[in-house]
Amino acid sequence: MKALLWRDLALAVRAGGGFGLGLAFFLIVVVLVPFGVGPDRSTLALIAPGILWVAALLAALLSLDRIFALDYEDGSLALLATAPLPLEGVALVKALAHWITTGLPLTLVAPALGFFLNMAPAAYGYLLVSLALGTPALSMIGSFGAALTVGLRRGGLLLSLLVLPLYVPTLIFGAEAVRRGMDGTGATAPLMLMGAITLGCFALLPFAAAAVLRINLR
Amino acid sequence: MLQVRNLRCARGGVPVLDHVSFDVLAGEALILRGPNGVGKTTLLRTLAGLQPALDGTIDYPEGTGAYASHADGIKTALTVTENLTFWAQVYGRDVHDSVYDTFDLDSLRGRAAGTLSAGQKRRLGLARLGVIGRNVLFLDEPTVSLDGFSVRMFADWMRDTHLAQGGCAVIATHIDLGLEAPTLDLTPFVAAYDAGGGSDEAFL
Repeated sequence: MKALLWRDLALAVRAGGGFGLGLAFFLIVVVLVPFGVGPDRSTLALIAPGILWVAALLAALLSLDRIFALDYEDGSLALLATAPLPLEGVALVKALAHWITTGLPLTLVAPALGFFLNMAPAAYGYLLVSLALGTPALSMIGSFGAALTVGLRRGGLLLSLLVLPLYVPTLIFGAEAVRRGMDGTGATAPLMLMGAITLGCFALLPFAAAAVLRINLR
Repeated sequence: MLQVRNLRCARGGVPVLDHVSFDVLAGEALILRGPNGVGKTTLLRTLAGLQPALDGTIDYPEGTGAYASHADGIKTALTVTENLTFWAQVYGRDVHDSVYDTFDLDSLRGRAAGTLSAGQKRRLGLARLGVIGRNVLFLDEPTVSLDGFSVRMFADWMRDTHLAQGGCAVIATHIDLGLEAPTLDLTPFVAAYDAGGGSDEAFL
């Protein structure tokens, strides 16, 4: 499983791997929002948590279809399925690699982009924590969606439609945690709920993803 | 080593082959033949466990099978060595230098797999079989896009290394590999999917 993780990370950072795609998208959205909304600083500060979370979610969505599709096309997925590695482990490692290449960089640059949106400095910590807790769930749910649509040509739209509703709880609790952090009204409850969602995803979805991969490989 | 009894397998929900039975002993290879669409790939995928059999039994020691498809499963952004090392690690083994000699990849070690020719990619795909150390191989058209020299090289590896070490293999191929191996023509096993018993040309 370690070998698979290293391979996926190596593939992501090499030419054509798509590393930085999500990050660039995130950056562009957050930089463009002040132009669209106008330079009123109190408005920007108000919408900053929501914008940052929506942008992070869409950035994560952007690279989902690559999780299994590339391996499916060149035949490695069938070979991995017959290898001693359990497919559940493959799904888990793929989600992890996706998180390390998209979710983690997003989390790390988010406070800097919060500055662009005039976010209250008190909320930076909450933004970091909420993204760190929430983005793994986005990758794991996305890996399940990618497994569902792996055999389809141009399955990207279907993948988005399948995955977006599942992203909503994470988005609600994530943005809520940052907002409460900003107001100082105590963000523990939304953070705990989001952590529960993430843990639940990692406990259940690798098995679901492996099951649909087996069906798709038939 | 490999025992197949009364196997029925399907492709896309339609039974393709029925009543397939054969044995392959250790150190033996079995060549599958038959026209396009007869079900060679379906049979190999079923044997490898990628799809369930509709009926019948497949018996070989657990954890000894390996499958090689039409596609090589090569990552074009990785080098030849990285590709082989990855598969070796997945199977918990080391890459021995002899593999590079056997499959004539020595001078290509540091090359990105994307820059290899079709035949060289195929050799890399076959070299994967040399590093994973599995005994029961299911090979689907292993010699596609190989030149005559490489085909002999593969046949030599199969005979002198794999089979000599007690492995066995089921190989679907259209060409003569130069192996002294029994041949199984799949045409008589085609499943009667048309109740009228008419021709199955329509889906062949």
